[in-house]
Amino acid sequence: MDAPTERRPVVVADDVHVEYKVLATGKKPGAADSGRRLMQRTRSTRTVHALKGVSFKAYENDSIGVIGSNGSGKSTLMRAIVGLTPASRGSIYAASRPSMLGVGAALIKDLSGERNVILGGLALGLSMEEIQAKYDEIVDFSGIRDFIEMPMRTYSSGMTARLKFAIATAKDHEILIVDEALAVGDKGFRDRSEARIRDIRDNAGTIFLVSHSMRSIQDTCNRVIWINKGTLMMDGTPDEVLPEYAKST
Amino acid sequence: MTLADEASRAGLHKVGGRPPFGSYLRQVWERREFIYALARFRVEAENGRNRLGMAWVILKPLLNAGVYGLIFGLILSTHKGVDDFVPFLVIGALMIEYFSTCLTMGAKSITSNAALVQSLSFPRMALPLALVTQRLLMFIPTVGVMLLVAVAWGNRPTWEWLLIIPVTVTFTIFNTGVTLITARLTVHFRDMTQLLPFISRFIFYSTGVFFSFEERFRDHPTALEIVAFQPLHEFLTLGRTIFLGGPQYEVEPKFFIYSTVWAIVVLALGARFFWAAEERYGRTD
Repeated sequence: MDAPTERRPVVVADDVHVEYKVLATGKKPGAADSGRRLMQRTRSTRTVHALKGVSFKAYENDSIGVIGSNGSGKSTLMRAIVGLTPASRGSIYAASRPSMLGVGAALIKDLSGERNVILGGLALGLSMEEIQAKYDEIVDFSGIRDFIEMPMRTYSSGMTARLKFAIATAKDHEILIVDEALAVGDKGFRDRSEARIRDIRDNAGTIFLVSHSMRSIQDTCNRVIWINKGTLMMDGTPDEVLPEYAKST
Repeated sequence: MTLADEASRAGLHKVGGRPPFGSYLRQVWERREFIYALARFRVEAENGRNRLGMAWVILKPLLNAGVYGLIFGLILSTHKGVDDFVPFLVIGALMIEYFSTCLTMGAKSITSNAALVQSLSFPRMALPLALVTQRLLMFIPTVGVMLLVAVAWGNRPTWEWLLIIPVTVTFTIFNTGVTLITARLTVHFRDMTQLLPFISRFIFYSTGVFFSFEERFRDHPTALEIVAFQPLHEFLTLGRTIFLGGPQYEVEPKFFIYSTVWAIVVLALGARFFWAAEERYGRTD
């Protein structure tokens, strides 16, 4: 490596644009539109420019809070980092494949918790042996051992969220993206999950935390990226960015 | 120094973008446990809330066979000149059912799993493959039903019956190829899901499920030669000739060769075609 003061970048976003083409039904309301034309059906494709040239560098052991109002492009940026939504222009470079914390979509509600631990683990890319080795740890962390044989549809939303979190964090991640995951469960579980996130951050390296909770960003992040309408507004320490963000809203 | 230079100097790789075909297939192979678990658990979940549970895997094809037998055998009497019409019909109907569920449900295997595709990264081919595996798991008991019906109509098991195993393998390969093609097409044109039930109906009525091509076109040797190249006709005929005895049901060795070639070609094309749009599947438009 170079000088010890220079930290190694692990994620680099280079002028990332994301555009969607959506088959729009209905029409844009405009001053001239009224009466007869309201009944006409228009089916035109509309281009949504979700990210308009975002660039930043994330270093090892950074934990970066990502803030912005709803629809500002936070989630799109995260999906672009993971490679789920390819950039239309620009590129994202990463030291290893970043992963998003979340496994909910892979689970089947009609199956027992036990089956879902296996399915979720496999979906995350764990092997059958790894899942068997971690099974007890996952179940104990979720705190629903008594209900693990029951179908997941019978769980309360809190129980479901805990199980999902427990499965999702069973895998070790080098670069991890957490999208509003801290706000689940009761007080006890929230404390445990925040501790787990800090663990992951210490072991992992780099973490992106998308949240609307300024408190949890202040607590866990050393850096904040503020996205607004697809552009990067500010990038700096929480003490610099959060007050500016609070002023704008 | 640009960001791209800096990234490459730090040894970073570009995210996204599809891997070359060979390593893509290797990634799919590494996910085989996931594919199998997804398929098996979905079969379980599909039947888990029914009182009779997994018994429906057998009951459904039996009931289907009963309905087809009643309509085509008794009411429409399409059985002219066909020996052992009921097993003829049941084997044909159950085999075509395997194909058409792959065709219509496989087409939705990406679009109906949009949430999964957008939240986890794995080679997307796992989803259509899981669907075919799921249908295969449900097809295996229906082979048992075919066997039962064949025995009930006075056929006795022979070593020839074991040939159903290679036929099931090639049929599954063929269905996989078709599923991969329709899965990608549906991502580009959602309208496919409206169209496919009709295509599947058309195939059902035109493939000779409830009538015999050989009888119907007895005086048109050219038509019969053309039909011999229709892959589904080949699979159905193989299934029937394996289980049923008598002069009408001699196993045609050439159908083994034709259908295997079909299966391999369709799978190769399908895999290639599906892979080429790998980055496209995660997009929400």
